[in-house]
Amino acid sequence: MKAAPMSRVFPIALNTFREAVRDRVLYNLVAFAVLMSGAAILVGQISVGIEKLVVINLGLTAVSLFGVVISIFIGIGLVSKEIDKRTLYTLLSRPVRRWEFVVGKFLGLVGTLVLNTFFMAIGVFGALLYVAHHFAKPDAWVLVALYFIILQFVIVTGLALLFSSFSSPLMSAVFAFSLFIVGAFAEDLRGFARMTKGITRWIATGAAYLVPNFSALNVITPVAHGQPVSGQLILYNTAYALIYATMTICGAVLIFERRNLK
Amino acid sequence: MLAIEILGLEKTYNVGFWGKTPKHALRPLHLNVEEGEIFGFLGPNGAGKTTTLKLLMGLVFPTSGTARILGMELDDPRMKAQIGFLPEQPYFYDYLTARELLEYYAQLSGVAAKERSRKADEVLAKVGLPNVAGLQLRKFSKGMLQRVGIAQAILHDPKLLFFDEPMSGLDPLGRRDVRDLMEQLKHEGKTVFFSTHILPDAEALCDRVAVIHDGELKGVGAVADLTSGVRGKVEIIWSGRIIPPAFKGLGADCHVTGDTVRAIVSEECQDAALDALRNAHLRLISLSPVRNSLEAYYVSKLQPGKAAAEVRP
Amino acid sequence: MKRSQITMVAGSLLVLCLAASVLTLHRLDELRSHATLEEVLYVSSPQALKRISLGYSGLLADIYWTRAVQYFGSKHVQGAEDYKLLAPLLEITTTLDPKLLVAYEFGSNFLTAKPPQGAGMPDEAVALVKQGIRSNPNEWHLYYDLGFIYYLDLKDYRNAADAFARGSRLPDAHPFLKLMAALAAQKGGEAQMARMLWTTTFETTTNKDIKANAAAHLRALQVDDDVTNLEALQARYRDKTGHFAASFSELESAGMLRGSPRDPLGAPYKLAAEGKVEVTDPDDLPFIEKGLSIGYIPPPKPKILPVD
Repeated sequence: MKAAPMSRVFPIALNTFREAVRDRVLYNLVAFAVLMSGAAILVGQISVGIEKLVVINLGLTAVSLFGVVISIFIGIGLVSKEIDKRTLYTLLSRPVRRWEFVVGKFLGLVGTLVLNTFFMAIGVFGALLYVAHHFAKPDAWVLVALYFIILQFVIVTGLALLFSSFSSPLMSAVFAFSLFIVGAFAEDLRGFARMTKGITRWIATGAAYLVPNFSALNVITPVAHGQPVSGQLILYNTAYALIYATMTICGAVLIFERRNLK
Repeated sequence: MLAIEILGLEKTYNVGFWGKTPKHALRPLHLNVEEGEIFGFLGPNGAGKTTTLKLLMGLVFPTSGTARILGMELDDPRMKAQIGFLPEQPYFYDYLTARELLEYYAQLSGVAAKERSRKADEVLAKVGLPNVAGLQLRKFSKGMLQRVGIAQAILHDPKLLFFDEPMSGLDPLGRRDVRDLMEQLKHEGKTVFFSTHILPDAEALCDRVAVIHDGELKGVGAVADLTSGVRGKVEIIWSGRIIPPAFKGLGADCHVTGDTVRAIVSEECQDAALDALRNAHLRLISLSPVRNSLEAYYVSKLQPGKAAAEVRP
Repeated sequence: MKRSQITMVAGSLLVLCLAASVLTLHRLDELRSHATLEEVLYVSSPQALKRISLGYSGLLADIYWTRAVQYFGSKHVQGAEDYKLLAPLLEITTTLDPKLLVAYEFGSNFLTAKPPQGAGMPDEAVALVKQGIRSNPNEWHLYYDLGFIYYLDLKDYRNAADAFARGSRLPDAHPFLKLMAALAAQKGGEAQMARMLWTTTFETTTNKDIKANAAAHLRALQVDDDVTNLEALQARYRDKTGHFAASFSELESAGMLRGSPRDPLGAPYKLAAEGKVEVTDPDDLPFIEKGLSIGYIPPPKPKILPVD
């Protein structure tokens, strides 16, 4: 009776995914489809020579924002909702470790977001085909930008989960959104930190490195201009996102392992 | 082997704005539950019953003390595979159907894939919900949810069951079903530990009971012992409103309720009392020995000062 | 696995990931040293950026202003030959927050100077400051900056005089502006004018880079003065004695000098052949035109300028 942890993590992930689907989270795709087709038709009509640019910029920005909103709003409820509704009681009285629950919840939401992004990507490429009539080689970089956007969701989900493990949903949402905004300027923050002196420098540097770094994950603008993304950047961004997400999950596990479920 | 061995389990919450005021949810509790018995955990609302169950389930962590279940530590997954838990007013993922929920839980409890569906149907039939397996739980009534809660607790055929207020939210028929089910579990050799504040349920079901109040254990005992003591008195009930004058001499305690009279006399005077009724041509309804009730025991444990006065002789 | 073990594993993993994330960030920062900055090249118009900042343009301006200063600082340390992003960064900054006076001042000082001390783009600097004047017509400092560029960098004395004169008519204007207007109009007194301009900049600026730059210029003017005076002494000494003095003590014993002269940073001047006077370490004194040994090549990376 010693089954591998994954035999419990995956069912939990799958159930999280099922919950998202049944709670009609994927309905956001309808809004996205309306937005993309509207934009494609509109820029196709006015035709000012930057149709592709507009479609890629708008499409990828929408993919990113839709996904971040979903990952925060579901992420903050991943743990706290199960505590509030007491669905956790019958789960944790089974041979399920608390960390398995946390990891399963995380994987479930990330899986949901990957699927969601997949459908959105089809929308973006569809709109691209509509305005440009054919694909060009640099359009492949759009895939890299989408991949980076998914990495961004991985980090945001980890953060939401972390906050959800100790704070109320409202506060969690506030924290996660603030970090999302601040993280977009993470490189500037590290720059500010380098300009300070003394003890401030230590604190500022520490804070700047702790903030999630979303700036390197945003390559929408260069990709819209058909610029390539270096393999090194893909490698290090992947490493960073996985490391950061692991960090947030470890934090969530450490907190949640100790938590009294009143 | 003991099914449950509670060794000084204690839980103190810090309340107040600064978290400086200690609130004793559970004072150090020592309690053993034998294998194969139905054990009732009695106490008013807020006495610490749910806290004890949450401590045993590893949902909250003790301030001090420990406990062993089936001889294993509280955070041992092997132990968790052999127990079932019904929380108070259970709530489940309402986007799932009853069968989906049970199959999911069976998977988490390590039930083999090919058996899950059969197990789910089996326990749903057992708790009296055979026709709603495909219905989403959001459409379930409170009583149905309670039954689903019992179903998920017995789903993986555990050795030991923890039920927190298993009768709450059920109609009289439902309560009888649950009582029957618990009897059946006992026959199957399982141990049942359940909390309740409904004494007749406990009296009907339990081998032993513990009374808890204000987080403190007030007493433990076998139900048979507590209720067997015949106190040398009998209760006589007859129809009509007339109390024969002879009863006065017998030192009887008489009450008239509606069309019946209820009198309690000592055993020695039983024949004299029956003669008096016969002479007055009154119709006897019942004659029975007066036994100690669990209620009397419960009240005496909760309010030691008041108890003696309130319990009828 | 027990709970304490899980805590151990999660805790160690957390620390490990923290360290790894710092290393990865270092590598990412190296990979993208200017990626964030270069995005300004894709900003179709600063006005568009202002619109999409949803009213938080002040904060965004501060961020762009910091980016501009950092961009200039890091490029300057490397002794860069081009500063192609400085102008767009400053333009975005001032479009987002037209009242950010220090940005115009920064532009007038560092967009104009020739590489490696600046971007060598005086026309962009003029455009930037003119934009600043349109947004802040009552800031004498901007007129001063404009006149400064016209006078020192573009040698356009008419426009310089005009800018100084317009600035001098504003309330609270620095009194020097009137004098500058007059001097610029006469197209004369270059050395005196330059000293006055740099002194004003030094005294009125709040930005430490600008202040250090002004101080370096003032030191250079001082050195140029000193060298001119000392070389004149040598010439007089030769007229008297028939040869140049071999040391300052010779000049001293002839009663022409008191003590051995030192440059503004405290290093002694040196007597060279043919009656020339040189500074000990020309690398410390950028912008000097005199006192340099023959064939001196300025260092590729300018030293960090000390603030007086």
